[in-house]
Amino acid sequence: MIETKMPEKLVISPLTVGVAEDKKAPAESTDIKMSTEHLDMYYGKFRALADINLSIPAHRITAIIGPSGCGKSTLLRTFNRMNDLVPNTRVEGRVCLDGQDIYAPNVDVVDVRRQVGMVFQRPNPFPMSIYDNVAFGPRLYGVRRRAVLDEIVERSLRQAALWEEVKDKLNQSGMALSGGQQQRLCIARALAVEPQVILMDEPASALDPISTLKIEELMQSLKMDYTIVIVTHNMQQAARVSDFTAFMMIDENRAGTLVEFGPTAQIFTKPKNRQTEDYVTGRFG
Amino acid sequence: MPRETFDRELRRLQDEVLLLGSLVEQAALDAVDGLRRRDVQTARRVYLGDQVINDKRFAIENAVLVLIATQQPMAHDLRTLAAILEVITELERMGDYCKGIALITIRLGNQEIDIPGRDFTRMAELGVDMLHRALSAFVNDDAEAARKIPPDDDLIDELYKKTTRHLIDVMVANKDIIDRANLVMWVCHNLERFGDRVTNICERTIFIATGELLELETSDDEIKLLSPEE
Repeated sequence: MIETKMPEKLVISPLTVGVAEDKKAPAESTDIKMSTEHLDMYYGKFRALADINLSIPAHRITAIIGPSGCGKSTLLRTFNRMNDLVPNTRVEGRVCLDGQDIYAPNVDVVDVRRQVGMVFQRPNPFPMSIYDNVAFGPRLYGVRRRAVLDEIVERSLRQAALWEEVKDKLNQSGMALSGGQQQRLCIARALAVEPQVILMDEPASALDPISTLKIEELMQSLKMDYTIVIVTHNMQQAARVSDFTAFMMIDENRAGTLVEFGPTAQIFTKPKNRQTEDYVTGRFG
Repeated sequence: MPRETFDRELRRLQDEVLLLGSLVEQAALDAVDGLRRRDVQTARRVYLGDQVINDKRFAIENAVLVLIATQQPMAHDLRTLAAILEVITELERMGDYCKGIALITIRLGNQEIDIPGRDFTRMAELGVDMLHRALSAFVNDDAEAARKIPPDDDLIDELYKKTTRHLIDVMVANKDIIDRANLVMWVCHNLERFGDRVTNICERTIFIATGELLELETSDDEIKLLSPEE
């Protein structure tokens, strides 16, 4: 077991050399892309999330970790109102994108999902060509000109690090690709409508280690242009890919609560909360 | 398949180790220069500069722990990070030797004592040259280069014997300055230990490349001393 307790001196040391720029503690100037304020979420009478207050920094990767059933995916799905599709759900509090409450009465939910895209656990390409998969969203939003669509398809596939592998077979079915390629196709499809935020729900749990690594490296390049929130059961993956980590648990009423949020380096080397320490050291959950 | 994020972080850390090494190299040269010229200002600068070395060592240690915790390195990668922790500890102690020499310069002030300055400079230059090559070998993963460095420590050891002999002669000739000569004797010691710690760094380079934890070189004198026939 590696001793990760830091000497007190580190805390007061003004130097943070060697600490990656993007692993440093959030500066005051870090823009907040999304936030929740006193968020409660109910399935019928059951409160699944209790008083979640969380800020998602822009152009960073935020991981949500925690034991099974702690509400990670439920929380993720409040960020683009995917829970609306589940009957009998209700949200209290606010979920903001750039300071605007996405649950406000006048908000167009289709527009929210355009701004906040999602990638799921199992790659779910549509049963159509690679090209049409990526062009699906833009077409839905009214893009008709072939030249524009061509450009969007190429840009999205390049951003998803898939272009070189599929550029000669864009008309082939997306279902014919390997699992890892299918997942990158789904990421390209999400990127095609130029969202601001990409939500990823266990995006690599159905993939082999090499495909997983590709997705993880891809996330690093995507954060230049997007804000990413990832839910993962794989604590090591959260540690590897994310800049910030939110640790959730269920409270005594079985509602999901946020226990600790902070820079990933801190959560995995010197968490402030005892429950977080127990979880990341494998002593709980 | 490259692990771009991890590899980039590792290179950054290796650069920081080189930077820490260059601070120690400069401290060694400046400390001896300050002593030779009996320049208390230079000595003060070296003394205070040690804090920068200490801070950098802790910052690198912190970054290594973060990298181990977040990137789960294995095999060669893990050995490299473990070796960095060892190497920065050696460098920090080498910085302390320089600080010690600076403190002796400050304590001596202008009090009269015959300092073997030329030999001290030579010892510092040899030590710095060895350190420089050792750190290059370390970041370049070059075990062969690392193996070639420790024998050079014999030159420093020879000068150590020569300078301590000289100081003993000084003490014998004039009992009134034994205290001062004893202080200068510590400079000999510090410069000699500087070379020994370079050897430790070379051992870590071999550890990274081969996974073998070994102790390089024991001086011939020690072997003779311990041999039952002698």
